Amino acid sequence: METTYSNNKFSKVPPQDGFRVAYILHLADNSLILGQRNAEWCGHGPVLEQDIAITNISLDLIGQARSFYQYAAQLINQHSPSPGGGRGEASEDSLAYLRTEREFKNCLLAEQPNGDWAQTMLRQFLYSTYQYYLYRFLQTNSDTTIAGIAEKSLKEVSYHLRWSSEWVIRLGDGTEESHKRMLRAVDELWSYTGELFIPAPYEKELSIDTAFLKDDWAKKVNTVFDEAALTVPSNVFMQEGGKTGTHTEHLGYILSDLQYLQRAYPGCDW
Amino acid sequence: MPVQNFEQIFQGKIDNEVKIEPKDWMPDAYRRTNIRQISQHAHSEVVGMLPEGNWITRAPSLKRKAILLAKVQDEAGHGLYLYSACETLGVSREETMNDLHSGKAKYSSIFNYPTLTWADIGAIGWLVDGAAIMNQVMLTRTSYGPYARAMVRICKEESFHQRQGFESLLVLSRGTEEQKAMCQDAINRWWWPALMMFGPKDSESTNSDQSMKWKIKRKSNDELRQNFVDMIAEQIKTLGMKLPDDKLKWNDERRHYDFGEINWDEFWQVVKGNGPCNKQRLDARKKAWEEGEWVREAAAAYARKKASPNPSKGGALEAA
Amino acid sequence: MNYIRKFYYGDIPEDKGGAEISDSKNPPSGGRGADWPLWEVFIRSKQGLDHKHAGSLHAADAQMAIENARDVYTRRMEGESIWVVESKYITASNPEEAGELYDPAKDKIYRHPSFYNLPDEVNLM
Repeated sequence: METTYSNNKFSKVPPQDGFRVAYILHLADNSLILGQRNAEWCGHGPVLEQDIAITNISLDLIGQARSFYQYAAQLINQHSPSPGGGRGEASEDSLAYLRTEREFKNCLLAEQPNGDWAQTMLRQFLYSTYQYYLYRFLQTNSDTTIAGIAEKSLKEVSYHLRWSSEWVIRLGDGTEESHKRMLRAVDELWSYTGELFIPAPYEKELSIDTAFLKDDWAKKVNTVFDEAALTVPSNVFMQEGGKTGTHTEHLGYILSDLQYLQRAYPGCDW
Repeated sequence: MPVQNFEQIFQGKIDNEVKIEPKDWMPDAYRRTNIRQISQHAHSEVVGMLPEGNWITRAPSLKRKAILLAKVQDEAGHGLYLYSACETLGVSREETMNDLHSGKAKYSSIFNYPTLTWADIGAIGWLVDGAAIMNQVMLTRTSYGPYARAMVRICKEESFHQRQGFESLLVLSRGTEEQKAMCQDAINRWWWPALMMFGPKDSESTNSDQSMKWKIKRKSNDELRQNFVDMIAEQIKTLGMKLPDDKLKWNDERRHYDFGEINWDEFWQVVKGNGPCNKQRLDARKKAWEEGEWVREAAAAYARKKASPNPSKGGALEAA
Repeated sequence: MNYIRKFYYGDIPEDKGGAEISDSKNPPSGGRGADWPLWEVFIRSKQGLDHKHAGSLHAADAQMAIENARDVYTRRMEGESIWVVESKYITASNPEEAGELYDPAKDKIYRHPSFYNLPDEVNLM
């Protein structure tokens, strides 16, 4: 079994909370990495209005990540006064900036490159659909902090879903060129959707069996694809590993950028 | 009515502080001056997203990342308000953008300098936005209504920009030796270009006289620059940093700070396109616009398809 | 120099370079090519108040115009309801006719309550 979730930095966290911390980090990493990817568009969007729109989504996602990291840090600190290897207490920033490639637990889908506007829109749509059903489910979680963050974020995610669905439809059913680009995006991203519904060990331990979200997800994706004149691919081999720290090569570069200052100037306030 | 009378009525409104609105008669030169100035201003906002955007993925904390994203996003909004103001004068956004991309239209030269370290982000907020605000506050009272209204909205949003910049430098100035050095270095590099933002000296400026008469501008370049120096020379004391000017000194007689001569050769070189990043900035804007074209086309095609009363056409793809 | 082309704020006639009129060459929505039409945005800042003109923006269709308006004009909680209308559908009065349109109201001071002097005891009327 993968053990990255009980990484030595958090060795004093007892197993049950260890799973919980791992899961919260998984949620946080998903939002952070996708937010970071979307942020790459800022200043480069196809039209000012949409530049502003995608940046709003990026801000929502980074906000969600911060809430989850803060909660994870709180749980870690309860058990261990100095989990950061002598660098003081865990914090949202120590968790985002000082973990390594193998410790990040985001889904592979979130870290895939922006590509063109079609690929970014499709990635957002596939992920927002997943996030929508997941947060709806988590709203009633027995962990009231997780439930609270999910409830607040659900409003944001509902908007992301609506916005990205419209773009997928517009581009899928727009011009010949946009349709072609959507097909390429589907080709590019589809193999990263399977992982969403294969529960990682920490999800199983917490009885968050994401497999049951698959039907709702597939239904929504089908409806939108239908309207977008796109076909849902079949018999695609599905990649996995992100949830347990085995990523695509892209993540290393994302973290090089993300963590550069914290790594170059350790222990500073910013 | 002869043009003569129109012009008298127009100048009468200006003199009585009555705003000029889009459909009012206005001299062609007034219209063109406004188009030039508003579009330059809009381009500056949008090109200005690039140097700061350069650090979004590398911001040193999640809080700073969110602040920077929100700030750069505001610049996009400001660009948008200003392009809209320009459209009330009869130029479409596309035309205005084309002038930027062809190099015909200018934008503020400050954005042709590179952001080399994280401290540059703070320095831009404090010095560049600080200098911009001086101009912008004046422009909330400019004579052309839509421009003035855009500026009111922009000024409301802009004050957070300067504050976050200063606060970010303050943290650095109280940090490690390396952080302090980073902070001072950024101030050294941004100070003079920030002073250049106010434009040529009054004695050299070609557009100022008429612009003042029409109340497009209400303070001269030199007046605004002096106000800025006076403000920053005080604020920097809190940072415990130095401005890179040996001649900077309080003049009790003038009740202003004296300061050294700006390197006008450098100023004109950057205006002419020879700044460190002129090409890079323009290329980035062109790339975004050109690569966005198929997106804009697809959305327009889809909207037409949906608006079309002929359902039999639905689903058919339009050739790009 | 082809500066003056379209006047979106209403009624400058086409022969003076005003807004083009919708016809088969100018479809009512979606613009042409990659050009998105201009929309005017009206925002109600809170329940109980009127919608007020906030500014304008570009969008391919009405739905997108609402969403863009949300992203552009309500980032700081400025609104809770949005109206959008394509700018070319706004008809505005002509400033050259301001005299005949608005001046006649100036001498009708009897329309204002302050015109009437009442005894103090009923002055809350």
